[in-house]
Amino acid sequence: MSARIFRARHAMGPTVRGPTLVAHDGFSARYDLNRINGVFSRPTHKLVGQSYAGKILVLDTAKGGVATAWMLHEMQSRGIVPLALVLNSVNPILAQGAALGDVAMLAGFDEDITAAIPHGAEVEVNPQAGVLTLLG
Amino acid sequence: MKLNDEEKDILAGKAGFVPQQALQHQIKVGEFFGAEDLVPVSQAHVMADTESLGEAGVRWLEGLAATADGQRRVRIPTITDPRGTDFAKADLLGQTSTMLDLERRAIAAFVKLGVTMTDTCINYQTIQAPTRNEHVAFGDTGVVIYSNSICGARSNFEGGPSALAAGLTGRTPRYGFHLPETRRASLRVRVDFTPTTLNGWGALGGVIGRLAGNYWSVPVIEGIEGSPRSDQLKHFGAAMASFGSIALFHLAGLTPEATRLTDVAAADLPVVRATRADVDNLQRSYHTDDQVDVVVFSAPQLSLFELRDLAELCDGRRFTVPMLAVTSPQVKPDADRMGYTARIESAGGSVLSGMCFYQSYAREISEANGWKRLATNSAKLVNILGGYGYRPMLASMESCVDAASSGRLART
Repeated sequence: MSARIFRARHAMGPTVRGPTLVAHDGFSARYDLNRINGVFSRPTHKLVGQSYAGKILVLDTAKGGVATAWMLHEMQSRGIVPLALVLNSVNPILAQGAALGDVAMLAGFDEDITAAIPHGAEVEVNPQAGVLTLLG
Repeated sequence: MKLNDEEKDILAGKAGFVPQQALQHQIKVGEFFGAEDLVPVSQAHVMADTESLGEAGVRWLEGLAATADGQRRVRIPTITDPRGTDFAKADLLGQTSTMLDLERRAIAAFVKLGVTMTDTCINYQTIQAPTRNEHVAFGDTGVVIYSNSICGARSNFEGGPSALAAGLTGRTPRYGFHLPETRRASLRVRVDFTPTTLNGWGALGGVIGRLAGNYWSVPVIEGIEGSPRSDQLKHFGAAMASFGSIALFHLAGLTPEATRLTDVAAADLPVVRATRADVDNLQRSYHTDDQVDVVVFSAPQLSLFELRDLAELCDGRRFTVPMLAVTSPQVKPDADRMGYTARIESAGGSVLSGMCFYQSYAREISEANGWKRLATNSAKLVNILGGYGYRPMLASMESCVDAASSGRLART
């Protein structure tokens, strides 16, 4: 089976490869995460209880406030951080946080990326090329 | 991105390492969003509580602050969002010396960078409201949505690093809500009632925020009667920004860019309704317990008028659970002078200053004090605190004060 490729309109950060956590839900580091334990903690989040460290998060859109702009950097410093963020749309805060924290990010696809990528799939995020590749 | 000669010099390091780093960050973000150039900004507002920064963020700030004087100071008025503590009340919150040391280090670094430590998220009520078409770089979502919508200013959500960068370079990437075309309404909402309470305004903002769904959506709202007060629109906007990540709304016939609906929206934009039942349902969905462990008025910080109203409700009371009211360092001296602080604290409440509840190590102070079931009149606060392990409940200021007295939150 050949790899499927999805093109993003917005991209930054290093190329990474890893397993996905997928949900049609939002993302805010302050609202949704227990950053000490590295799990989604917001009771109503579809990924509640799941560990995000080393995972490529595939989610719908950015939610909430401005704290994520600092928090991705803080999470990166402790190594308890998502490998990459892949979203249908982002707000400036996620982009600013990814820039400071050097976290790979892709956003803006021609289809709902949360429907296109299976939960737990192995993917490669290549911001230089602006593509997400569903492997194997 | 197109850079002018001054910006090219900054990028080349001719103004020093700190502005160079700031501009590099801005170009990275600007290119991500396809910004063509940078736009001068007149004010910046930096969110930087130390729970968000952590040790790594404070060290990063200290690295900037260690640069030689003359090459590290902000170029425009640059102010701060609430800090992570009120040093005078840290014991009450159960905060540790490690948290306070981190706060002190962050403050020292900001001061070296020339930042003015206003520690407020209601700067549009207390410091200097921006004016129509004024380009700014503000960094609290409630501040941005109020400034964009009520004042007609132009700002994106600028997180701490980007707002500080704007302060250091005096500009920000021109994308998003700096562009006229992005400010057009994309969602038309008709409401069938006008709230009267602050929690009601916040809940309506939350309902519309959920309908709008993401940062790039701009709701225009019809059906609001009368002239809402600043505090009402403060809660409305803060909740909409929190629930939906929304940065701009228009109120047809009220806000400066929407004298008429067609000023901001196509006449045939489909109508979505937001009803009193939607608002009631949102509030009821948070009422998961009848007992409360703590009552909090915060997010946004309280205005002098809110503290006056709260003081009146506190007269003759004796609270059985902690009641915290959080305001800005600009309002607190007036609240003291008018006697509002004394009236609230005579009932057993506490007035805190220069912080915001959710920005003050909310998880740790919950664990330190056994605070889980929290009553508040802030829709923004209930939306945030679930992830921190709380069971937040939304009610009127009156019901919250009753709960502080009895330990029980009445169902409505």
